[in-house]
Amino acid sequence: MKINYKITILFLAIVFGLWYSIPSLLQTENGKKINLGLDLRGGMHMLLRTNVEEAVENKIKSVASALKYYIEKEEIITGGISLTNGRIDIEVLDKSDILKVEKMLNEIGGLEIKRVKGLFDIKLTEETKKETREWAVKGAVETIRNRLDQFGLAEPTVMKRGDLKMMAVDENLNNQAYSISEREAQNYGSTIKDSKEGRKYILKDIPILDGKEIVDARVAFDESNQPIISFTLSSLGGKIFGDFTENNIGKRLAIVLDDIVYSAPVIRSRIGGGSGQISGGFTIEEAGTVAIALKSGALPASVDMVEKRSVGPSLGADSIKASIIALVSGFVLVIIFMIIYYGIAGVISNIAIIANIILIIAIMSLFGATLTLPGMAGIVLTVGMAVDANVIITERIRELLKEGKRMGEAIKEGYSNAIRAILDANITTLLVAIILYAYGTGPIKGFAVTISIGILVSMLTAIIGTQGIYEMLLKKIKNQKIWFGIKGDK
Amino acid sequence: MEIFKRKTDYNFMGYRKKFLIISIILMISSFVLLFSKGLNFGIDFTGGTIVQVKYEEKAPIEDIRKELEKTDYQGSEVVEFGSKEEIVIKIKKSTTNIERDIGDEVREILKSTGKYEIRRVDIVGAKVGGELREKGIMALILSLVVILIYVSIRFEWRFAVASIFALIHDITITLGFLSLFNIEVNLDILAALLTILGYSLNDTIIVFDRIRESIQRTKEKVLYSLINNSVSKTLSRTTLTSLTTFFVVLTLFLFGGEIINGFAFTLLVGVIVGTYSSIFVAGTFLLQLKFSIENFRNKEAEKEKKRKEKENLRKMYEMGRV
Repeated sequence: MKINYKITILFLAIVFGLWYSIPSLLQTENGKKINLGLDLRGGMHMLLRTNVEEAVENKIKSVASALKYYIEKEEIITGGISLTNGRIDIEVLDKSDILKVEKMLNEIGGLEIKRVKGLFDIKLTEETKKETREWAVKGAVETIRNRLDQFGLAEPTVMKRGDLKMMAVDENLNNQAYSISEREAQNYGSTIKDSKEGRKYILKDIPILDGKEIVDARVAFDESNQPIISFTLSSLGGKIFGDFTENNIGKRLAIVLDDIVYSAPVIRSRIGGGSGQISGGFTIEEAGTVAIALKSGALPASVDMVEKRSVGPSLGADSIKASIIALVSGFVLVIIFMIIYYGIAGVISNIAIIANIILIIAIMSLFGATLTLPGMAGIVLTVGMAVDANVIITERIRELLKEGKRMGEAIKEGYSNAIRAILDANITTLLVAIILYAYGTGPIKGFAVTISIGILVSMLTAIIGTQGIYEMLLKKIKNQKIWFGIKGDK
Repeated sequence: MEIFKRKTDYNFMGYRKKFLIISIILMISSFVLLFSKGLNFGIDFTGGTIVQVKYEEKAPIEDIRKELEKTDYQGSEVVEFGSKEEIVIKIKKSTTNIERDIGDEVREILKSTGKYEIRRVDIVGAKVGGELREKGIMALILSLVVILIYVSIRFEWRFAVASIFALIHDITITLGFLSLFNIEVNLDILAALLTILGYSLNDTIIVFDRIRESIQRTKEKVLYSLINNSVSKTLSRTTLTSLTTFFVVLTLFLFGGEIINGFAFTLLVGVIVGTYSSIFVAGTFLLQLKFSIENFRNKEAEKEKKRKEKENLRKMYEMGRV
């Protein structure tokens, strides 16, 4: 018996495999384990989509708000400021003000500005749009994670938009709220929004203030003991709010939360101090939810649920049991069959196949891979391919033995004949698995990973490992019947 | 133990017309089924909601239907799932509203129908399905292209085209069976189809490898008998591997539980069709494509010559003569 490098590799691989697969197999406390997927363990998985275009729209709106505030503060005379299809148009009437406006626009930055005399045409640059979209997704992740950490999943607040805006009621148009279309309203730079009681309001599209300026929000009670939400604005927000109310006494101001008008009180006097309140027939829970959403920062854009899968723990346990029974029994069948059909060569193949399974489990544990039902099926396929590699090799050796080759020669040549076929077949499958990984989602990705690991491992165990065993035992191999399951002619 | 002990070759190619006719009939029927009846796409591709409920006793399907009719979920399908106690409610709608929980709503609706447990709720938005389909088709096309390129490099373009034909043959017939037996096509079925793609490719390449080897090692000039010889030589391996895979998939089909049933069924059909095609059909494609042994041998000889020349050059270089 001679120890060769091939058998050393196989031995090391088995040791490595056992070491890293034990935590998964025995479900020990410590060590890296294979994560069981949703379908096997139970739990919930949600896929959400941020409506990023909404964030882009909000961005240009807040630019418009800032411009409007600045123009009013600096008393620049304009022919009006309007926002249509993501573009802001301003006509500056006094030439001497053009420079001031340009300076302001530069300060805001990220804008594409066209100017013909006093007429400004402003929109967001493509880069700003791209950044805004990315920021919207990141912001959503951050906000949702924050809220999950703070309030847990049971709170409905987790996905609440929490977007508060102060908007001016378009007093000229508002009496037509029921007869005008959204499109017509937009021609006047306005938009139609529903109130909580189902009434319609026509509001100036450019908000006075948005949720960014809110620093605190909590539940309070009004005189008639109804829950209301009182909020505090940042110093800038407070200033803008104060200036606006001062200039618009007698008009109405709408408080819009997540696109719904909660109240639209008439402004009686300047509201300073940077705080305000929202009343609107809340229940206490509702008011609490909204306050939390406001305080924890608004989601940059609304979030839709794209996919939600929840599996009860009992179903997971059932499917694990069924699959394991099926897999183990199928596997045992193959093992027995190999021994009956090939004799000792079958035993050697079985060593490779078992090493193969242990190694797949070990590598998946190391990666912290997630095992799902399709993933388990992937293991079945790769074990099938590992069996196949062994079958191809053993068949080749048998063939050569029947041609009358001597044992040593037959084994050596059998391997070199088989390797080309095994390599070509495995490499094509591996290529397909890589494409699947690149294009697949969720479970398909898991499937592709399992197959890739399995193929690489099976080439190691079948080609190198078993050859090592044969080489080591070569001197003892004599009887064709016992070793390869065929009648020896000689 | 041995299954195929015959020393002479089986005359597979002699029956190639018959097998080709069987394959063509199967493929045409599959196409007809796919275009008339179509596939039963599940929520992964169409969007919608699935609620799986397990009752403590036999599920009162009629009562459940009645209760659902009274609500927004009218028109939903209620079917038994694996056992008499377990049912699945298939709802065409899905919601994008996060604050609504269809699972909770269904739990409320079913309150009067007995003791039960909601075991699974899957909600998939309509948009996802479209994206999945696009990505799936993209993945399939790319896989075929990669196979074409790889096999062309390692063998010859005719081998590549023949193996792609064999793949299309297998996938089409399997899809036909999925349509015939009304199997619900979800992501896991897609995984199964891709497995078959890999499996059938594996089988075909093993046979082609034998053909390539025989061309290089023997002086046989007739492709017809060369294919017969190669298929016969690999027959033992093909049958053995197919049988073992078949057994594993069969146990998965019989004992794997309802959830994995469609998956196992697809694999079962695929293994049978894939084995059939690599034995009886793949070689025929090669024959039909007018593959020339002579040319291939010459090309291989050329390659070998070039390789040897390079080696010689390197040897001379190493010995310092160049």
